[in-house]
Amino acid sequence: MASIKTKQRAPLFLVSPSVLLLLLWMIIPLSMTIYFSTIRYNLLYPDDNGFIGLENFAFFIDDPGFFPGMLNTGLLVGSTLLITTVLGVLISVLVNRPFWGRSIVRIMLISPFFIMPTVNALVWKNLLLHPVSGVFAAVWTFFGAEPIDWLTQYPLLSIIMIVSWQWLPFAILILMTALQSLDQEQQEAARLDGASSFAIFRYLTLPHLSRPIAVVIMIETIFLLSIFAEIFTTTGGGPGYETTNLAYLIYTQALLQFDVGLASAGGLIAVLLANVAAFFLVRIVGKNMTDA
Amino acid sequence: MFSIKNREQIDTIIIGTLSWLVTLLIFFPILWMFLTSFKTEIDAFATPPSLFFTPTLENYALINERSDYFHFAWNSVVTAVGSTIIGMMIAVPAAYSMAFYESKRTKSTLLWMLSTKMLPPVGVLVPIYLLFKDFGLLDTKTGLTIIFTLINLPIMVWMAYTYFKEIPKEILEAGRMDGANVFQEIFKILLPMSKGGLAATVLLSLIFSWNEAFWSLNLTAFNAAPLSALVASYSSPEGLFWAKLSAVSTLACAPILIFGWLCQKQLVRGLSFGAVK
Amino acid sequence: MSDLTIKNLRKSYDALEILKGIDLEINDKEFVVFVGPSGCGKSTLLRTIAGLESATSGNIFLDETDITNAAPAKRDLAMVFQSYALYPHMSVRENMSFALKLAKIDQAEIDAKVEDAAEILKLGPLLDRKPKALSGGQRQRVAIGRAIVRKPKIFLFDEPLSNLDAALRVNMRLELSRLHQELQATMLYVTHDQVEAMTLADKVVILNDGRIEQVGSPLELYERPCNMFVAGFMGMPKMTFLDVTISETINGKVTLKLLSGAKIILDRPDLKATVGTSLTLGIRPEHTVLTTADAGLIPARIEISEQLGSESFVYVKTSADEAITVRIDGEQEVLPTGANIGLSIDSGKCHLFDSNGIAI
Repeated sequence: MASIKTKQRAPLFLVSPSVLLLLLWMIIPLSMTIYFSTIRYNLLYPDDNGFIGLENFAFFIDDPGFFPGMLNTGLLVGSTLLITTVLGVLISVLVNRPFWGRSIVRIMLISPFFIMPTVNALVWKNLLLHPVSGVFAAVWTFFGAEPIDWLTQYPLLSIIMIVSWQWLPFAILILMTALQSLDQEQQEAARLDGASSFAIFRYLTLPHLSRPIAVVIMIETIFLLSIFAEIFTTTGGGPGYETTNLAYLIYTQALLQFDVGLASAGGLIAVLLANVAAFFLVRIVGKNMTDA
Repeated sequence: MFSIKNREQIDTIIIGTLSWLVTLLIFFPILWMFLTSFKTEIDAFATPPSLFFTPTLENYALINERSDYFHFAWNSVVTAVGSTIIGMMIAVPAAYSMAFYESKRTKSTLLWMLSTKMLPPVGVLVPIYLLFKDFGLLDTKTGLTIIFTLINLPIMVWMAYTYFKEIPKEILEAGRMDGANVFQEIFKILLPMSKGGLAATVLLSLIFSWNEAFWSLNLTAFNAAPLSALVASYSSPEGLFWAKLSAVSTLACAPILIFGWLCQKQLVRGLSFGAVK
Repeated sequence: MSDLTIKNLRKSYDALEILKGIDLEINDKEFVVFVGPSGCGKSTLLRTIAGLESATSGNIFLDETDITNAAPAKRDLAMVFQSYALYPHMSVRENMSFALKLAKIDQAEIDAKVEDAAEILKLGPLLDRKPKALSGGQRQRVAIGRAIVRKPKIFLFDEPLSNLDAALRVNMRLELSRLHQELQATMLYVTHDQVEAMTLADKVVILNDGRIEQVGSPLELYERPCNMFVAGFMGMPKMTFLDVTISETINGKVTLKLLSGAKIILDRPDLKATVGTSLTLGIRPEHTVLTTADAGLIPARIEISEQLGSESFVYVKTSADEAITVRIDGEQEVLPTGANIGLSIDSGKCHLFDSNGIAI
């Protein structure tokens, strides 16, 4: 007779292969990277493969671009999180009440999320931010001001703008949905107690949104830490190191010089930092998203 | 004094107007790209840029002559759909085990899976490139599909897990009492009940694969190159190129954009990631 | 035949022991109710019998066969869940056919069985609806129907009436009784409501903190509780407990003194009591009589009355703040709060408990 004990273990047995496969798929590149990071491996001199321990790491950290790279990564992620969360909350609250054409508005608001990052970057770089024929330039000229050469004068800010535009819909989407589950009775009780709209927003809406905001921050951080395509197609990391983040640094310092060992070391440092960031994020934001 | 009804009506008008303003601002880049694709290159580069112009289809015609749009589109479709199907086959059983046989390690496993996405692809580019070279996977749809599956798997597992957790385990237990084995539990009870959530998971995976740029550019040359590669080929200036760029971008993004618009209800549910009850 | 024997069943979750050694005999065609406060382990016991939880140690025998480690489907038991657990994507008919389809039974036979069950539960017009189009009571009947078609050896019910409104609950109680008569099947029923236990059961099993306190017919448990827990659990409103000391024993008549000084004399020749021993006296509301202040054994004053129409319950306090519940006939006039009254007690219906709470 089939026993409970084997029956209850059966799902685990059946499912473990999947989990194992997942683990394997993730471990292979990771372990290769770890391996490469500890050896000398330059594609120009493929046979010179000595073990050099942590030399790659030291070299990477010593690079003049390292500190700017870290700083820019932090600025990029932090600013984008701030912009998307704050604007996300405000906009989702704005469109929460019914008005004419609301469904169309919602479709339009989430659209930027579906655009390819490369398209996104190219459209912004050329059609919008171009100092002569871009739309921004036209608006500036319309108001009598000198058009700004965004990518040269404010490169990091430009990148932040581009990335924020892409991720704002994501925040809006999640927060819009969360707002719909806001307890109506609570709001009515607050109104009866004489609460102003602002007070309701501050004491009822915001706390209710704290969990979705935590999710938004967590997911965005995962993706924002390795932003690459946008920088690649617009500023190429420059001028200087002004728009180089960690991912781009790995690209320029290591890959452009065909130094696989260095690139691997850089990748691992990025993972380490990402995990540290995640650790603090979960602490600060204070909610475990896998809670039922 | 205004009556409450009047106040509400005015409020609604203000909110409506403000909403539309904000929305048009946000939607503007997409709209502009779409319009520019119908301009001549000269019109596209005009200073100041004009809202009014004579539309032309020459850009689209040019692209079709120069590059085979459908070749690239087909690659996008195959890799996106393929990676999603394989991904679901791996993610669903894993999510089932984590949702209904939760152990102390479940949460840490999930968070660990997500953290693997924090590894910048740049860091593993070379190992993967070399692996692919050795296995003859470069510039193949198979290779790209494998990569897409890999990068989307953590999100798919997490989303499926979130949905499965919403299903009361009593219903599965009832199935067990009725005599269902594990497969029957999953296929006859669990999956039909979580159709909506799984649809959202599928959609998200399709979108991420379709829009993927990094691996698509680095691991393909032509045979397996998807639409993101096509766009990239129009990114370097060779004379006036804005209109053509807009046209190719519109062609690249339109399918997913329309798809997303049609499925937005499911997506909205899906992207909650368990944040919304 | 469906006899169930449970021997020294234990169930722990990691370090926490939920079932602490359960021994029980259940006979064919009995309606057995597991009752007890929240957390006593009654649901765990039921689920372990069902096979949804694995036993940590001990055995379960169904008709001589050891099913302790058997998978749920192989135990030939059917369960009705508290939340009904209907398959939301299937119609009522499909819900009820599911188990039979899995067992690869012929479709014609399945249809016949479903029709039979639908007839018994009056589900005919609902057969093609989905669960979300049904009311709570209807869903519950479908859940029962799903169990009936399988013709299991034992029916398991996990607090099936808890999610229904009060009026419906009374109706369904009658339905379940009728069902038991009609099907002549063994039924195990878990509830926290002692009224359900009293009205439905052939045999009641009272559980507390993972152990069986007492097993017996409802009236047995009501009239001869073996300890204070059982005495206090069965009966609504609760039995009154009073601290008493033995002041005198003469010729088998024991005089008990209450804190307030009143005295009660019980005829208990079997009691080996010494003067001065502290005991607890238990008396049910219906065994007290309300009289005037000078006529009663125990003087007290009225705190609060509850008038239910058919009867009234008067809550009184003695001069020593001892609380006693008194039942009076519904038509009898109720005196106001603060009124001084006297109480008499039917000494033959008193329960005595020692310092450990055991009935003596």
